[in-house]
Amino acid sequence: MSDSVTGAQSLVRSLESVGAEVVFGIPGGAILPAYDPIFDSTLLRHILVRHEQGAGHAAEGYAQATGRVGVCMATSGPGATNLVTPIADAYMDSIPLVAITGQVPSASIGTDAFQEADICGITMPITKHNFLVQHVDDIPRTIAEAFHLASTGRPGPVLVDLPKDILQAQGSFAWPPVLDLPGYHPTTRPHAKQIREAARLIAEAQRPVLYVGGGVLKARAAAELRVLAELTGIPVVTTLMARGAFPDSHPQHLGMPGMHGSVAAVTALQKSDLLICLGARFDDRVTGKLSSFAPGAQVIHADIDPAEISKNRTADVPIVGDCRETLADLVVAVGETYAAGTRADLTGWWRQVDSWRTAYPLGYEWPTDGSLAPQYVIERIGKIVGPEAIYASGVGQHQMWASQFIDYEHPYTWLNSGGAGTMGYAVPAAMGAKVGRPEATVWAIDGDGCFQMTNQELVTCAIEGIPIKVAVINNGSLGMVRQWQTLFYESRYSNTTLHSKRIPDFVKLADAMGCAGLRCETREDVDATIEKAMAINDMPVVIDFVVGQDAMVWPMVAAGTSNDEILAARDTRPVWGEDDV
Amino acid sequence: MTTRHTLSVLVEDKPGVLARVAALFSRRGFNIESLAVGPTEHPTTSRMTIVVTVEDLPLEQVTKQLNKLINVLKIVELEPANSVQRELLLVKVKADLTTRSHVLETVALFRAKVVDVATDAVTIEATGTVDKLAALIKVLEPFGIRELVQSGMVAVARGSRSMTGTENRLRSAS
Repeated sequence: MSDSVTGAQSLVRSLESVGAEVVFGIPGGAILPAYDPIFDSTLLRHILVRHEQGAGHAAEGYAQATGRVGVCMATSGPGATNLVTPIADAYMDSIPLVAITGQVPSASIGTDAFQEADICGITMPITKHNFLVQHVDDIPRTIAEAFHLASTGRPGPVLVDLPKDILQAQGSFAWPPVLDLPGYHPTTRPHAKQIREAARLIAEAQRPVLYVGGGVLKARAAAELRVLAELTGIPVVTTLMARGAFPDSHPQHLGMPGMHGSVAAVTALQKSDLLICLGARFDDRVTGKLSSFAPGAQVIHADIDPAEISKNRTADVPIVGDCRETLADLVVAVGETYAAGTRADLTGWWRQVDSWRTAYPLGYEWPTDGSLAPQYVIERIGKIVGPEAIYASGVGQHQMWASQFIDYEHPYTWLNSGGAGTMGYAVPAAMGAKVGRPEATVWAIDGDGCFQMTNQELVTCAIEGIPIKVAVINNGSLGMVRQWQTLFYESRYSNTTLHSKRIPDFVKLADAMGCAGLRCETREDVDATIEKAMAINDMPVVIDFVVGQDAMVWPMVAAGTSNDEILAARDTRPVWGEDDV
Repeated sequence: MTTRHTLSVLVEDKPGVLARVAALFSRRGFNIESLAVGPTEHPTTSRMTIVVTVEDLPLEQVTKQLNKLINVLKIVELEPANSVQRELLLVKVKADLTTRSHVLETVALFRAKVVDVATDAVTIEATGTVDKLAALIKVLEPFGIRELVQSGMVAVARGSRSMTGTENRLRSAS
């Protein structure tokens, strides 16, 4: 049975049928026909944002927090190009996102018509796939394919470009459509022989580490990971994209590896003889100088994307498959290998790992000028708000501190822009997360630089009833860049001072946007201010935490150097004991 | 090690496929030496033959990423030893009464053919391997080449197995 509908009605019914519940977007000329049936839809909630970039990041936050596909919508030309940054962000972090854009009428395409942009061409390298719909009857199938592509295999963004005349044309709607994707067959079942080989290496390794990436979260495999970790007793590190995949309170967890990872996590990888890499991709921020990364380690690399395997580091045992199936199979295979009598004793390895953990715990010093330590603020938020909440961060020092000093106990409670490093991610992503998980407390941990890029979405939050909480860690500067200037440019602070302790007044700004605005400048007020924010649930809250500007993120592996060169703190290189490997 | 590679890529016949494929090479600064795109025995499938000189490891990465493109059905690297590789050449050569017979002699020697004749020039069509066509051009050069156009290479594996056969099974299975 097919119904006679307009293209616009077909689009909205397709979105409803595929299970979309929320669309973040802004109307405009070319997409206008679609907004008429949206007006009538009872199944689809459209959230009118203030900038298309906010729509894209909100859809990402929604997807990250819920595991469902995030949807954003924009008109042609500038509306579509404003989605480019979130689409690139979703591509880098493998976030299931469907972007729907209006396009100028078919007959005008290629004529430099008003508000025309070749958005399929522009987003070709930053989408998993994109579609320019050329016939009204293709709409249901295209939407179904877009959601299928976005959410299966390695997830990612898919863009659907809809010319205005296609939206206005009369066509037919039938559901479910038959997908036509003959070239798309993601491998989800891991190869049994590779699993057995991996199990053998895991059972024999003297110094193994479970190197866990965002793929474990994408595969919803946190429970399986925990079973494997506890079965084997192997130390676990979780990358920036995987924070929350393994409880921070777990005794086997060494924290985050990489440029600002814990000394124990970085060193364990360096000294390891077997990396069990699960849904991670040996990113340069994790490996440091690649040629000196984990020089003594064999590598088991499990990923659903074959193009990731042996891309940066050659895998000794490649496993292509879904991380959840891979982990489940590994648990069985390792158990069998143990039963057959092969099991290395990890006592010595743990003694070493524990010595690094004890000698170089994460920490920070208070500024000598009496100002507030940003790390303390973030640490207190984590303690008071607790691990049931969702935390979204921007990009920079505050992001690293939020990763380091908040304890994540559950998956999908830490949202950030890892691969792309998109400043301004926090506020709209928190908004999207709160829409997807309205029962959860959602905090944006933001910097004053990031906050000034996307804070307009607080207006959306205030009007749409999305009571998020935003902690602006206000050091008056682009802190991470400033840190590099301190370390590598002789403290020449070229264009990193924002003066945001004076202008804008974040409390007044919050007030103007319909939010509660609070300010905190002293250690004594931190807890009370956080508690006050927690007590406000009928509107968004913004806290201006005025902090010292000289705080730095430690530990640090300088860009391009070896992980062996990690500095636990400024001028403090860890000293390895005699019995260290 | 830098070597010359010939990739046969089966793709869905859809707009934008060529741009998607080309982008994965251009992104890395790889220059595509030769490219031929055309229909196959299946109406919805096109076949690209791409010749590129790159190191083995980056090529492996590009191939994996090509495989990720939704419109790409299958990729096979064809080795010169076990495949037939051909290009088409059309070349317009100066040929007046004094030189025409020499030109025609060359055409015959290379088993090429004349497809157009003017009073002072002939247009020659030739097919063959890259080396054969290069040799023909070298011999024709002294007469004066007025215009030259060459297709990208097309190639097919020797033997009875079909590259598109597997694709049919994939299509019917999905």
